[in-house]
Amino acid sequence: MLVQGIKSRPVYTGLEIDVNARRHLFALEGEGIEALHEQVKTHGVEFLKTADILCVGSLPKVTAEYMWQAPTIPVLLNRLRINLINAKMGTRLYLSGTEGFIGQTMKLALDQSIDFNSIRTEHRGSLARRVQCVHCKGITDDVKTSPYKCTHCGLNLLVRDHYSRRLAAFQGVCIDAEQPGNAPPPVEMFP
Amino acid sequence: MSVNTEMAVHVAKITQVAEKVKRFRFERIDGRPLPVFSGGAHVVVAMRDGDLLRRNPYSLMSSPYDQSAYEISVLRVEQSRGGSAFMHEHVKLGDTLIVSQPINLFPYDVRGRKHVLMAGGIGITPFMAMMDQMTNEGSNFELHYAVRDRSHGAYWRELTERYGAHRIKIYCDVEKLFIPTDAILANQALGTHLYVCGPSGMIDGVLGKATALGWPKQNLHSERFLAPPPGNVFEVNLNRSNKSIVVGTHQSILEAVEAAGVDAPYLCRGGACGQCETSVLGCDGVIEHHDIFLEPEDKTSGKKIMICVSRVKGQAITLDL
Repeated sequence: MLVQGIKSRPVYTGLEIDVNARRHLFALEGEGIEALHEQVKTHGVEFLKTADILCVGSLPKVTAEYMWQAPTIPVLLNRLRINLINAKMGTRLYLSGTEGFIGQTMKLALDQSIDFNSIRTEHRGSLARRVQCVHCKGITDDVKTSPYKCTHCGLNLLVRDHYSRRLAAFQGVCIDAEQPGNAPPPVEMFP
Repeated sequence: MSVNTEMAVHVAKITQVAEKVKRFRFERIDGRPLPVFSGGAHVVVAMRDGDLLRRNPYSLMSSPYDQSAYEISVLRVEQSRGGSAFMHEHVKLGDTLIVSQPINLFPYDVRGRKHVLMAGGIGITPFMAMMDQMTNEGSNFELHYAVRDRSHGAYWRELTERYGAHRIKIYCDVEKLFIPTDAILANQALGTHLYVCGPSGMIDGVLGKATALGWPKQNLHSERFLAPPPGNVFEVNLNRSNKSIVVGTHQSILEAVEAAGVDAPYLCRGGACGQCETSVLGCDGVIEHHDIFLEPEDKTSGKKIMICVSRVKGQAITLDL
């Protein structure tokens, strides 16, 4: 039922420290801190001396030059925006957590003129998706099933692999347009 | 097969802008407007030199929005294969030349927050058109322009007058002024892009420093046109055309193929764009790769060759052409 094989489906290739970077800016959510712990195992703690770490959820068990804990994703986004505005070339951005978190932080970085290919990303934690209803344009976070009922307009939506970096969301399309109310039962596809 | 639709132009103006630099202005013979291009684009100029058809790429330096004419600047190169010498000595006002459609392998990234341009010598030309476009589009840029001395450097004076000394920085070798690359690269806002055009040594040096300072490759842009280097004579067997041809000392494979009447794909003719990538079916000798397009593993595989600049040291090569 999930429409697959779509090129816009993001690929997360891993945090991999850029040894040339003069500053390392991390935005991590939940289990995303484990991706940082693994980089410390591989590269040692040297890079942490020039690292800024912003977290939603618990802080990683490391000592970095700067660490800051945000209560929610929107609060972290506000802080990250300021960090990006003040950052210089030579700063490498690393994002890890759920897809919805990576998407929203990356969207912020794109708005600050950063090329998405230069951002290092690693997906950790839930597979739940951030989905836009293509009909009412309402975005619903943490979608675990397909189809799901749009939290804004109530349509039954099929979740596609079609992804928008600009919106930081997958696309949900009405599944029972021909026979309203005749949608197949939701299946948990993104636990 | 070239993807170009060529246009006949005549030389409308020739200006000696510096000791070894001439600017040429081309207007279409049929009087129709030339295509709008984007800053950083080049055209391939075809010159009929006796029996020889020369084709050289030159960056467009006129305003991208000016459809009445294209302008290029040509540096007289001492070790020239003949193209720049021909342009300097034989091309006269009113002469007819053939130019390709504009091709851009060096566009600026409009998403960038700021654009730092570094030019060495004649490498200034693509930036002339690029800065015109950036000004029109309200993009933030600065130019660092290195010249040997002020009489060699074309355009430094008019650029300073047009854009202001705060955006145009001139560095003269003879005045012992050099581009302070490290300081410039270490102090740019995140989201800045870097563009380098000039001698190979300068491009490699600047890009190497940028990488060492943590600039991602997505923010680094450069352009260099390599002239096909001379070498020993060798034979080329064209599998699909069922022809066997000889590549002369001062000829590239592409030029020899064209002279034999076989249409091969090309765009830049300078080892940069990848259009003329050709499969190697067999080689009696060693391929001398001169391009900057193929990945190192492609070069060592011996299965691919860029026929615009690369040669064979040995007897013969068989190509899928």
